Amino acid sequence: MNSDSFQAPSPRLFLRKNFLQLFHALKQLGYQILGPVLSQGAIQWKTITAPEDLPIGWNDRQEPGSYRLEQDSHSRFFNIIHGPESLKPLTFTSRETLLVLDRQDHTFSAKEIQPEIKPTAVLGVRACDLAGLAIQDRIFLNDTYPDPYYEQRREHLLLVAVNCTKAHPACFCASMATGPKAQYGFDLCLTEADEDFLIEAGSRKGLQVLEQLTCSLASEERIIQDKERIAACAASQTRRLPTANLPDALYEAHDHPRWDQVAARCLSCSNCTMVCPTCFCHGVEETPSLDFQQSEHTRVWDSCFAPDHGYIHGKNFRPTTKDRYRMWLTHKLASWIDQFGTSGCVGCGRCITWCPVGIDITEEAQALSQPSD
Amino acid sequence: MVETQFSPYRKQPRVAVVKFASCDGCQLSILNLEDDLLALGAAIDIAYFPEASSNMQEGPYDIAFVEGSITCPEDLPRILELRQQTTTLITIGACATSGGIQALRNWSDIEAFKQAVYPNPEYIQSLSTSTAISEHVSVDYELWGCPIDKRQLLRVLTDLLQGVSPRIPTHNVCIDCKRQGHVCVIVSQGLPCLGPVTRTGCGAICPSMGRDCYGCFGPAEHVSVQPPGVPPNMTSLAQQFHQHLQLIPVEMVRRFRGINGSVQSFSKESDAWESK
Repeated sequence: MNSDSFQAPSPRLFLRKNFLQLFHALKQLGYQILGPVLSQGAIQWKTITAPEDLPIGWNDRQEPGSYRLEQDSHSRFFNIIHGPESLKPLTFTSRETLLVLDRQDHTFSAKEIQPEIKPTAVLGVRACDLAGLAIQDRIFLNDTYPDPYYEQRREHLLLVAVNCTKAHPACFCASMATGPKAQYGFDLCLTEADEDFLIEAGSRKGLQVLEQLTCSLASEERIIQDKERIAACAASQTRRLPTANLPDALYEAHDHPRWDQVAARCLSCSNCTMVCPTCFCHGVEETPSLDFQQSEHTRVWDSCFAPDHGYIHGKNFRPTTKDRYRMWLTHKLASWIDQFGTSGCVGCGRCITWCPVGIDITEEAQALSQPSD
Repeated sequence: MVETQFSPYRKQPRVAVVKFASCDGCQLSILNLEDDLLALGAAIDIAYFPEASSNMQEGPYDIAFVEGSITCPEDLPRILELRQQTTTLITIGACATSGGIQALRNWSDIEAFKQAVYPNPEYIQSLSTSTAISEHVSVDYELWGCPIDKRQLLRVLTDLLQGVSPRIPTHNVCIDCKRQGHVCVIVSQGLPCLGPVTRTGCGAICPSMGRDCYGCFGPAEHVSVQPPGVPPNMTSLAQQFHQHLQLIPVEMVRRFRGINGSVQSFSKESDAWESK
């Protein structure tokens, strides 16, 4: 949500010992602050009030089907790259009551439910999260039918990004050109070092916050040094998607034997779609009261791996796991481009880490783009 | 109740709650619908519910909720009789729907149990198996769980009262976990959670407490009385438990042979591990 005319001033240095100033500045502007907080063996977005609430000195170790936290001797705030939650739950909520219907004799009235939304600053947003949000913006804020619930939540967000200077083994943002440096969509952006942060504004809102902080101008040398750290992070990524020939290769792979092989492993459990920053499928539930006088109309997260997703009157179009996996992967990496002008994948690697059996989207795409014998 | 033109029940439907071999927990779930009991009492005629009332009226019934599995010779005529007396028969809970935890006897020698437990085993008349209601009579709807989810039961009744076919969700526990913001316990803790292959309904209680699901709502998408879905991929999940979470074969058998161990997709997997 950058304004076009915004000219970013050159990056500043912001000392770690002054970090509480950022909390004060955001609070003064009326924001509640969310940040990564240790929770249930991972990190989740939760309300924070001081730097001590951040997972200081913790690291994440991510592999296909496995996520573990470990403590180290550093005192960095943002050493955990990410948890299962992207920004998605903050804008496209998992459960949203849209309408309440009230019965009156032979007719009914519908009351629209407006959520209460507070201005929210999110600390520790990654480049892949921003890229995911930009894709969801295209879906939910398109010109014809902007989604008012998404729109309101989106407008109330102030995003403080953190550039990644290390990658976990499931990361492949470099091959998707979405990271590890936050390129767009942030209000403030930090690059963390041992004693301080390089901090830059990405919007007027962000600049307004930045002006409240005690900072010094960053030296050219330091800026280059941080650029190199981010470049090294990109270079360290071992996974990649073969993006160049992908849409065509996948369209041609409709009858590829690989689909049967992946279906033998896939649980059709929906975890990949639920943690994906861009998956947007939802269903609508109608919950009537026992006396039939009222009914609640609620939107909930759905998944193309769920049994009802491909079900229409009398027929399920995607009865098998193979149908569902093929649908998901082909949409995500190919027909998404036709539909929205961008890939549906940002390379965050969440679907790899959080798949209970560790299915790797990059490995599958690679195999499917090879001709079958 | 408000009568709609589609409602099959012109008056309050006569409802029976009938017990076979079970712990009564599912019946208690009905009584635990405290906030809705008055509305429920106004909407239905509770004709037979010994757990709640000594006023036990004879059939026929519009709706019967059946708890418990078939374990004794006298259960057989009872369930056939009830089926004849009932328009819409709904099983409630793991016992009635899959045979329940007592179906572990299906892998054992019931005679040996009798000899070991009872001083006069000759008085015990018990079948050698515990079986689901659907193995004996046709069942219209199944509510899984140990115990059932009371909201799910209320929803089925609400739908029936409106003349709508109840639509009982068959997706898995993972979707509920993610909707509620719980972190996956398989991935973050290495616990052998059955959530990916287990049907929704409980509200993801165990993972919300940091524990692994043990499948008390039965297999996801397994539908014996509704159009078929995909049998859940037990084998792939089992391989993951064995290879990455280091469960040994005997633990694998126990994992899949639990509260709903007798239902085919679970029993196939536990049997496969028994021979390893």
